[in-house]
Amino acid sequence: MSNLPPNPYNNFPGPPQVNANAAPPTFNHNQQFGQVPMSQLPPGYGGLKQDPNSNSPHHAPPSSTPTNHVLQNVNNYSQSASSSPAFNQPGMMPPMQHSLQSSPMRPPMSAGPNSLPNPLPPQNVPLSSASPRTVSNANSSPTPYAPSYQPPQRQINDNAPPLIPSSQPSQPLVNGPLSSQPPVGPPKSQYPVSSSAYSSLPGGKLPPTGYAPGLMNAPYAPPSGPVPKPPGPTMTSQPNIPYSSAPVSGPPRNSPLVPPVSGPPVGMQGYSGPTTGQPVGPPRQVGINGPNVSGPPSMPPGPPKPMGQPPMNQPPAPMGQPPAPMGLASGPPMGPGPAQAQPYPGQYKNGPSGPPMGPPGPSTGHMGPPSTFSGPQNPPAGPQMPTMGQQNLPPMGHQMGPPPGPIVQAGVAPKSNMQNRYPQMGPVSGNYPNQPAQPMPSMTQQQANIMKQFPQQYLNQQMQQLSVTKQGFDQLWGHHMVDLLQCKHILPEYPEDPPEIKLAHQFADSSNCSPEVFRCTVNRIPETNSLLQKSRLPLGILIHPFKDLNHLPVIQCATIVRCRACRTYINPFVYFVDAKRWKCNLCYRVNDLPEEFQYDPVSKSYGDPTRRPEIKSATIEFIAPGEYMLRPPQPAVYLFLFDVSQIARESGYLQVACDTLKAHLEALPGDTRTQIGFICYDAHVHYYLMSEGLTRPKEMTVLDIDAHLEALPGDTRTQIGFICYDAHVHYYLMSEGLTRPKEMTVLDIDAHLEALPGDTRTQIGFICYDAHVHYYLMSEGLTRPKEMTVLDIDDVFLPSPESLLVNLGERRELVKELLTVLPQRYSAPATPASALGAALQAAYKLMAATGGRITVFQTCLPNVGPGALQAREDPNARSSKDVAHLNPATDFYKRLALDCSGAQVAVDLFLLNSQYADLASLSGMSKFSAGTVYHIPLYRSTRQWQAEQLNRMLTRYLTRKIGFEAVMRVRCTRGIAIHTFHGNFFVRSTDLLSLPNVSPDAGFGMQLTIEESLTDLQQVCFQAALLYTSSKGERRIRVHTMALPTASNLTDVLHSADTQCIIGLLSKMAVDRCMSASMSEAREAVMNVAVDALSAFRLSQNLPAGSMSSSLHAPMSLRLLPMYLLALLKRKALRTGTSTRLDDRVADMCHLKTAPLAQLMRAVYPDLYPVHELRAHLPRHDDDDDHAPDPPRLQLTAERINVTGAYLLDDGENMILYVCQAVSPAFLSETFGLTAFSQLPDEMRSLPRFDTDGSALLHAFIEKLNDDRPYASDILILRDNSPSRTIFTERLVEDRVESAFSYYEFLQHVKNQVK
Amino acid sequence: MAFSFPAFSYIIALIVDAFLIFFSIFHVIAFDELKTDYKNPIDQCNSLNPLVLPEYLLHLLINVLFLLSGEWFSLLINIPLILYHLHRYYTRPVMSGPGLYDPTSIMNADVLTVCQREGWIKLAFYLLSFFLYLYGMIVVLIAA
Repeated sequence: MSNLPPNPYNNFPGPPQVNANAAPPTFNHNQQFGQVPMSQLPPGYGGLKQDPNSNSPHHAPPSSTPTNHVLQNVNNYSQSASSSPAFNQPGMMPPMQHSLQSSPMRPPMSAGPNSLPNPLPPQNVPLSSASPRTVSNANSSPTPYAPSYQPPQRQINDNAPPLIPSSQPSQPLVNGPLSSQPPVGPPKSQYPVSSSAYSSLPGGKLPPTGYAPGLMNAPYAPPSGPVPKPPGPTMTSQPNIPYSSAPVSGPPRNSPLVPPVSGPPVGMQGYSGPTTGQPVGPPRQVGINGPNVSGPPSMPPGPPKPMGQPPMNQPPAPMGQPPAPMGLASGPPMGPGPAQAQPYPGQYKNGPSGPPMGPPGPSTGHMGPPSTFSGPQNPPAGPQMPTMGQQNLPPMGHQMGPPPGPIVQAGVAPKSNMQNRYPQMGPVSGNYPNQPAQPMPSMTQQQANIMKQFPQQYLNQQMQQLSVTKQGFDQLWGHHMVDLLQCKHILPEYPEDPPEIKLAHQFADSSNCSPEVFRCTVNRIPETNSLLQKSRLPLGILIHPFKDLNHLPVIQCATIVRCRACRTYINPFVYFVDAKRWKCNLCYRVNDLPEEFQYDPVSKSYGDPTRRPEIKSATIEFIAPGEYMLRPPQPAVYLFLFDVSQIARESGYLQVACDTLKAHLEALPGDTRTQIGFICYDAHVHYYLMSEGLTRPKEMTVLDIDAHLEALPGDTRTQIGFICYDAHVHYYLMSEGLTRPKEMTVLDIDAHLEALPGDTRTQIGFICYDAHVHYYLMSEGLTRPKEMTVLDIDDVFLPSPESLLVNLGERRELVKELLTVLPQRYSAPATPASALGAALQAAYKLMAATGGRITVFQTCLPNVGPGALQAREDPNARSSKDVAHLNPATDFYKRLALDCSGAQVAVDLFLLNSQYADLASLSGMSKFSAGTVYHIPLYRSTRQWQAEQLNRMLTRYLTRKIGFEAVMRVRCTRGIAIHTFHGNFFVRSTDLLSLPNVSPDAGFGMQLTIEESLTDLQQVCFQAALLYTSSKGERRIRVHTMALPTASNLTDVLHSADTQCIIGLLSKMAVDRCMSASMSEAREAVMNVAVDALSAFRLSQNLPAGSMSSSLHAPMSLRLLPMYLLALLKRKALRTGTSTRLDDRVADMCHLKTAPLAQLMRAVYPDLYPVHELRAHLPRHDDDDDHAPDPPRLQLTAERINVTGAYLLDDGENMILYVCQAVSPAFLSETFGLTAFSQLPDEMRSLPRFDTDGSALLHAFIEKLNDDRPYASDILILRDNSPSRTIFTERLVEDRVESAFSYYEFLQHVKNQVK
Repeated sequence: MAFSFPAFSYIIALIVDAFLIFFSIFHVIAFDELKTDYKNPIDQCNSLNPLVLPEYLLHLLINVLFLLSGEWFSLLINIPLILYHLHRYYTRPVMSGPGLYDPTSIMNADVLTVCQREGWIKLAFYLLSFFLYLYGMIVVLIAA
């Protein structure tokens, strides 16, 4: 540790220039802003500049980065400042928020034209309706929609907000009919969806509408009279599609998920539906089936015009008259809809179609591939849709529901709600041959139009409501409540912005740190620990400190202003006592301001210090002066360790790795001092001598008989005593200091003379023969690299270190030559032994003096030498309940990592194993040295996609920005302390992380504890300061500051929870728990989080206990928590019961521990997009820079999969394009150039490009998705009847799998536990 | 006043106990230093780990003496601590060397608290038992 630079933070003496007064003003000015004499400054330097560090090509041109869009507008410091002192331009400081967000994912949402106070996405609204409160409001509110929506609806709504025939399946159908109804507007769609899912029938009140009932059973009512069939563009194709399999599949699909048991008839009762206390009949849409059911029920209210038609279309289902009672009671008849009644949540999937469809249970088993999905859904959908429209309105009344929908979307528009749903629906027809598919599309379009037309109305309506009702206030304050059991479609269609942080008045305008960089699990910190305990939420922060930022203010000044007591950097949340003093926001000490700080570069006058970039931006980077360095900034040093054992050779990775490396040598971050080196290892070590005059590399082998190799190769004392020869020439060396002779073998007999040991010029006296470590020497005078192999793996020695790490600039040709030769060299079979430990020790010795980065490519279990491991995994226990061997078998790698950490060396591991490699032990080398673990299981270069994946991964890895010899300190306001750190690092003191390397892809988490009451504070601040050496050899400090308000009551805390962040932190805690306790305990703990949080909410709202109630209420902020938790439990890392290789599990754990939140969320709950109707989701014309379509996300359940669709599932690492059987031929031909579904191979690994709109759109969409991630994802195209489709279906986390809950079951479980 | 084996046991116990007290004081100080960022966890663990086994063995030693000399009461009150030591060592993190403390997990607030509390409790225990042994020694000597 001694090597580490002293921590500037701690040791830093008082700021040198505390009182600037003394200094001549003029001088200061200059100094201040990088006024360092220009000569001193780095070229191009301005007071502020853009980060020159960004080595990676990605960063360089601002525009190039995907993320840029938003940012571009913001002025860059660098640009403006380059010529002049930073401040010349008034505009200089970009609004931080914008600037920092590298990837403005979806600005539109919030930005929507109708900017309502309400942050919620439209979708949410509907959800909220479920809550009792909302209901009441709904009633009261005048209906904007007057004509179309009848009062009756209201009633319905009240009870069951969700009335909307939620069943999604139905929705698809719905689309068709909907078209007829203009008024319905988008909101409806949202609603219906949600409600329907769970709710069975709404109160019996509903008049039986003709349509409603019909829906269920009626296969499809073919003709919706009114509806013009004009086939939507997309839809049209359907008719053609062969439906054959479809019908079957429909039901089956559901069935798998659902327990066969679900008797259709049982219906509602099973669910709380009927029971639910709510007055309104069906309020509790308990019934999972809801969706189906709801359809009909909703209908009744709907009576009004719109309804009429839709119903008409559909064949009168028995259900039809959905009078509420019917729903419940009649359940059986309803068959389909209510049927769901199944006692089980599980069913809920099937819900819609399941029962009715017929043989739910059994059928499930087999999925007709496509059919399964669509099947169930379709039937209901048809009918429901109409209802939806109508019903939706009511919900609106209750809550912002509808309004929000429109509102939010207004900007984004049409696409959002309506469209989202629809795509799914479309397919319905597939199942039912009879149906005319066409209507559907038309519907959607119409609806979309409607939405566009009426947003204003919605808005107004909403506003009115808000002003009058309590709910309005609730919404205003973000205190909505959702009944999870009723809101089936709870996932926002477009990612939501993280909850907004509302600071107290005085800092309301201060820029807070971007949520992508810094995030807390609650946006209002509980004032006391007891309050935190009551909320039962985990308290912690997630940070992504080195994230690639496009517009980062960089400042160089003589004095970095910091608090003298706690060393906090000055930030936007400090309080200025007067013009000369500031009060630290972490420790509350009053500090003096240096005079320079008061200089306002804009007005060129002294005075207001708040115009400084430090005060304007919550993320800032300082170029550190000398006192922040313990030693001169290190050069970039890269050392690559290649495993060349038998398995490695079989996998063929070396070719890919070397090619990639060769291609990106120039792009390696670094300056002229950059050094690079290579070591290979297997059971033997080979050195290649490539001195001048040699035409080929020469291979030499040293047989070290003795364990002591004190002499370095090339040692001038080396003497040759004997020479033996057989096929090769063996030299025996007996130099001074050796206790036993050393044997060397020169394999290259043609040119062995040049390779004589002891040659003074080559510095390689010998080659170790049959050893396990390979060194590559590239001394001066060599035209090609020299390879050395050391056999003695028990006591590693280093042959001539200075020629093993060579300057990249000077030896580029040699390095390239080596990279060309290496793969060929190691193509022949070899011993199946790998001496990773020895190679690592050698690498450490090599790097210890400078620090840098070691990249290890490992393909098998290291089984010889130090750090040898044994196979521990029992393949038969891969699906057992408790997982053993998650902890390392030896501390060798950990100790090595600690040594490395002390020497500022990070170890990154690429594990390309095809068999068990004990990642649990190996990962220690990266975990504690701040490295990263990359894992490609079952790697074979012959699998093109894997080779490409490695290539992309490696390209990003090699070219991304890197920070060396870094430390990160996280400071918190007094009263809050950091409890536990998560991520890859070594904790050097209570708040200091040692990060030998820091990469833009590394995220960290910290659990916090509240040690003192925060009652008298208005806000709590966190500051993360990352001190690092850029690859250009500059010492820099990147400071992120986040301020959060406090909360004094439980409701506020719960409503300010940030679900995504909670999941991020929980996943890390769960991984820790797996290691320290057991898998089952960790899983239990994860489940309890939902129970705890909802229990706390129940207490705060005085709701009945879960087991007593038929509903499960959650605050809006936590409504996604159970779903995400369930998804987390189904991650490879935490799942049980499904066969999971131990290494895969551990790799996933490593990923959960280190991934930044956005990636982590995508991995936990992948995004599912319908891509068969991309045209319907084109962005509006006004944003010219973005032509990619923007389809809505779907929930991960088979219910949302329709046979006529194609879906893209994106989990960050992989994208799976799932093509269903009845997809339109047009889609097939446009996208794949195929005419029939059957021509599609079982698996495809690349998406062909065609010169068609469809293909272009899909590619544009995929590229857009790839924009915000480190490297492009792998694409897998699956047919829905291909044998490997489980790859896709296992990701549908809301569905039931053998050993795990479905979402609905999970909710039931949680509900019963809520106390 | 004959110098019996029990008396010898107590005398040894007193001396050993004094060492144990020093050990626990060192332990407490060491963790306090960690908590206040005075020391690097790696160094601290390197200095603490070698002391763990000697402490356990010394403690075991006096209990063996009690066992041999038939001082059942003194033995009894020490048995829980022996068991705790065994448990503690059995569940230690994977380490190649002797010792209990792993620099990578030691800074975890939970672990730190537990270790610190353990130090204080042991210190109290050794202090109390010091007086007990003193008393026991006197009793034995007088009885003899």
